[in-house]
Amino acid sequence: MEFLIALMVGALVAAAVYLMLARNVLRFLFGLLLISNAANLLIFASGGLTPESPPLIPEGAKLPPEGVANALPQALVLTAIVIGFGLFAFALVLIYRGYQTMGTLDSDEMRLAEPEDGH
Amino acid sequence: MTDLLLPLPILIAFATAILTFFFRKGPEGRWISVAGSALMLVAGGMLLAEVLANGVQAAQMGNWPAPFGITLVADTLSAIMVVITAITALAVSVYAISDVTREMETVGYHTLFHTLIAGVMGAFLTGDLFNLYVWFEVMLISSFGLLVMGGKRVQMDAGIKYVTLNLISTVLFLSGIGLLYGVTGTLNMADLHTAVQTADAGLITVIAMMFLVGFGVKAAVFPLFFWLPAAYHTPAFAVSAVFAGLLTKVGVYALLRMFTLVFTRDVGFTHGLLLWVAVATMVTGVLGAAAQTDFRRILSFHIVSQIGYMVLGLALYTPLALTGAVFYLVHHIIVKANLFLVSGVANRIAGGTNIDRIGGLYKGAPLLAFLFLIPAFSLAGFPPLSGFWAKYVLVKASLDLELWFVAFAALAVGLMTIYSMTKIWGRAFWAPHPGGTVPSLSSLPLSERVTLLVPIAFLASLTIVIGLFPEPFVQVAARAAAELLDPTAYLAAVLGGPS
Repeated sequence: MEFLIALMVGALVAAAVYLMLARNVLRFLFGLLLISNAANLLIFASGGLTPESPPLIPEGAKLPPEGVANALPQALVLTAIVIGFGLFAFALVLIYRGYQTMGTLDSDEMRLAEPEDGH
Repeated sequence: MTDLLLPLPILIAFATAILTFFFRKGPEGRWISVAGSALMLVAGGMLLAEVLANGVQAAQMGNWPAPFGITLVADTLSAIMVVITAITALAVSVYAISDVTREMETVGYHTLFHTLIAGVMGAFLTGDLFNLYVWFEVMLISSFGLLVMGGKRVQMDAGIKYVTLNLISTVLFLSGIGLLYGVTGTLNMADLHTAVQTADAGLITVIAMMFLVGFGVKAAVFPLFFWLPAAYHTPAFAVSAVFAGLLTKVGVYALLRMFTLVFTRDVGFTHGLLLWVAVATMVTGVLGAAAQTDFRRILSFHIVSQIGYMVLGLALYTPLALTGAVFYLVHHIIVKANLFLVSGVANRIAGGTNIDRIGGLYKGAPLLAFLFLIPAFSLAGFPPLSGFWAKYVLVKASLDLELWFVAFAALAVGLMTIYSMTKIWGRAFWAPHPGGTVPSLSSLPLSERVTLLVPIAFLASLTIVIGLFPEPFVQVAARAAAELLDPTAYLAAVLGGPS
């Protein structure tokens, strides 16, 4: 199970890097979305994945039995997803506003703040 | 008592943010902002006094014992950073009274400003790695808002670069946290210190590299600094001052914390790499500045250059070098925020920030010229100002290790800094205004003059005080460095046990 998740994280990161190397900032943004989900999956996997053992604590015991997945990373992933969603929404609006004001999505043409003659 | 004292700076910042939101339509918000910053300074001062008197303080949030709950910790470094953050916040919120437009206030400038400060305070005080990530996000999202506030075209361009590159660094940081948790099973920094000792050293170094790149983007070190000079010259002057003073320094703080407390398994490799990063950062920053003609862009490249000095202190990893790094942090935050504030006044009275198109500031506004010279000379390292001692300690630390090349680079970069500062001085202050006018402070109404110049004079006087009486400041920095190198007291305060 971990192996499959690892492969998936790898595939997502590869696709994300490919997209992020594009000059079109919208493609970059989609790459960012993919890579942040890859990071979420990675944290998810770091707690261990155990499809057959429910996290139930037997009566009288204080700890769940061995082999139960750690629940903390799942809580962390929830936080990270929420934060990631907010940031993505902001970035999407920002790029849309950037497109409206600058009339381009090509990062090579975004030279307003850094004009080529240095002035 | 400390259970209250530790979260207090963060709580004040959040309370101020909420209050200013309710008063965003009227002029009251700016005064609430100033009062909140002043309260934060009091709280920070109390915290520093407590830490200096009784050693490292820790508080478990929600009474969950460490390492299960979230711990807030203040060692000497954290307490110093909280105080200096509050000082910067106070200076900038007074300055903002005249600098920030009504329109920006209406859309919530003060609220975002204080959320930003809360994020910075939280990052300095937390003892939990995931919590650090959350504070970084709080800080980041408020800085996004502040950066594009005003909606000028140039700000949209800068915003896109700033936002995208910082989001990449966040993803790397988050992945690093995930991997570190997978390897060690804990996120409490003190607990991590113990846990990494038994983990696979190779894996820990790989994870350390992810953190290095993640924090490196935030701290704007070579070769990850491109977002900084693309963005810092575009927002309102008050905003760029607080960015210049604090944001990159949070990255430096995170590097200092993680690479002294957690990632010390393979110091030869990690800190050896940091050394070259530091030297390259110093040199590229100062060379980049030499090619610029915009007041704020010159200063932005100098931030990069100065970050190199702080990372250098961490990379050398001796008590003296870390003392220098901590001292440099404090000196740099004051000086850099102040220079950006000066550039705002120059823009106001001379009508621009391009130093080729303004001039005559010395003739028309000698007071401003004097207030520029103090932080500018301090930045370049003139005795007896604060920058001299900061550079002196770091150069001495590298000479002690017989790293002649590093010491030479540090000194040469100092010389190049003087070049940039004299360039600003020569063109913007000394040369006559190309438009033929003589810019004068009296063109501003009295209330604006007071609120713009008092923060600048306040920060400049701090620079002079640190420069003339460096001894107590160096001693506190040395204490912070000793605590970084020997985390016994930190571990005891967080995890309990003999202190």
